[in-house]
Amino acid sequence: MAFDIEEWYKEVNNGDVVLSHYGAITANAITLMLNDIEQGLYDRNEKSKLRKKVYNVMVEALQNLFHHADLPPQNVIDKFGKKFATFVLKKEGENNYSFISGNFIRKDRVKFIKDRIDQINHLSPDELKILYKLILNNNEFSDKGGGGLGLVDIAKRTGHEYHYMFHNYTDDFYFFCLKITIST
Amino acid sequence: METLSLQGSPKTPTVEMNAETGVIEIKGRSIPENSIDFYRPVVDWLDKYSESPANETVVNIQLEYFNTSSSKCILDVFKKLETVYKKNGEKGVVINWYYEEDDEDMLEAGEDYQSILKIPFKMIELEE
Repeated sequence: MAFDIEEWYKEVNNGDVVLSHYGAITANAITLMLNDIEQGLYDRNEKSKLRKKVYNVMVEALQNLFHHADLPPQNVIDKFGKKFATFVLKKEGENNYSFISGNFIRKDRVKFIKDRIDQINHLSPDELKILYKLILNNNEFSDKGGGGLGLVDIAKRTGHEYHYMFHNYTDDFYFFCLKITIST
Repeated sequence: METLSLQGSPKTPTVEMNAETGVIEIKGRSIPENSIDFYRPVVDWLDKYSESPANETVVNIQLEYFNTSSSKCILDVFKKLETVYKKNGEKGVVINWYYEEDDEDMLEAGEDYQSILKIPFKMIELEE
C-alpha cells in the first residue's frame, strides 16, 4: 500500500509549530515562509544565536527542497503542480528546534541520496569542515544552480546527525522524510 | 570606471563598488535561489577593476546571512581580489570581515575563506 502522506503530515504537524506547509513550493513562497519563520522566532523570544542558526538552516533546507525534490507522481502534479513538498518547523524544547520535511524522490535516486546522507552522518566536525571547503572551492555548480553544499553546510552548522526514511509510494517513487535537529 | 551600486532586497545584499576610492562593500543578506545571476555584474566589475586597481582596495563584507549558493560566488569575488592583491602587494588589499559578536558561524565562514585564499582577513566583531 502506498505511504499515506496526509496521515504522516498530520502526525508530525503538532506541538509548538512555527510554520508548516503541505503543497506547492515556489521561490516566492520560500521568501514569505522565511519571513514567517523569522517572525515566529522573534515571537518566541529566542536569543539571536539560536535565531540565526535556525534561520540559516531553514534557508538551506527550503532551497534544497525547491532545487532537489524530484518531479512528483502525476496524481500529485495534478493537484499541486510540479514542485511539491511538505515540512514542519517546530520548537521541541529549550533551545531546540526540529525541521521535518517530506518530498518525492525517484526510485533510481534513492541510493545516491541515502549514500550521501550516510556519508555526512559519519563525518566528524573537522571532517565536515574539510569537505565543506573542498566543495566550496571546486568551481562547480550543479545543473540546478545549487552549489552541492547544502546538506554539508546544515550538518556543519547543527552538529547533529540527519534522521531519514524512504517510504515506498509507487513502483517508481519513494517519499523521502528528513529530520534536522537545530540546537545551541 | 563607473561605480557599481546594487540596492539590497530581502534576498540580496547592498553592493557598492567604487573604483576611484577603491572601497568595495557588500552588506545585508545574500540568500537568492540562484546567486550566479546576482553576482555576475559584481565579478565582471572586479575583472575590469583588477586591470588597474586603486593603490589601496578596502573591502567591507558585512553579511547577516548567506546561503551556500552565494558562498561559492563570494569565493569568486575574493579570487578576483586575490589578483589585485598579487598585483598591489600586501598593503594593496584589506578585507574586513564583519560578524556580530554571538555569530560564531559567520566568524567561522570568514576563517574558512581566509584558509582557502592568500589574502589576509581582518575579523571585526560588531556589538549588538
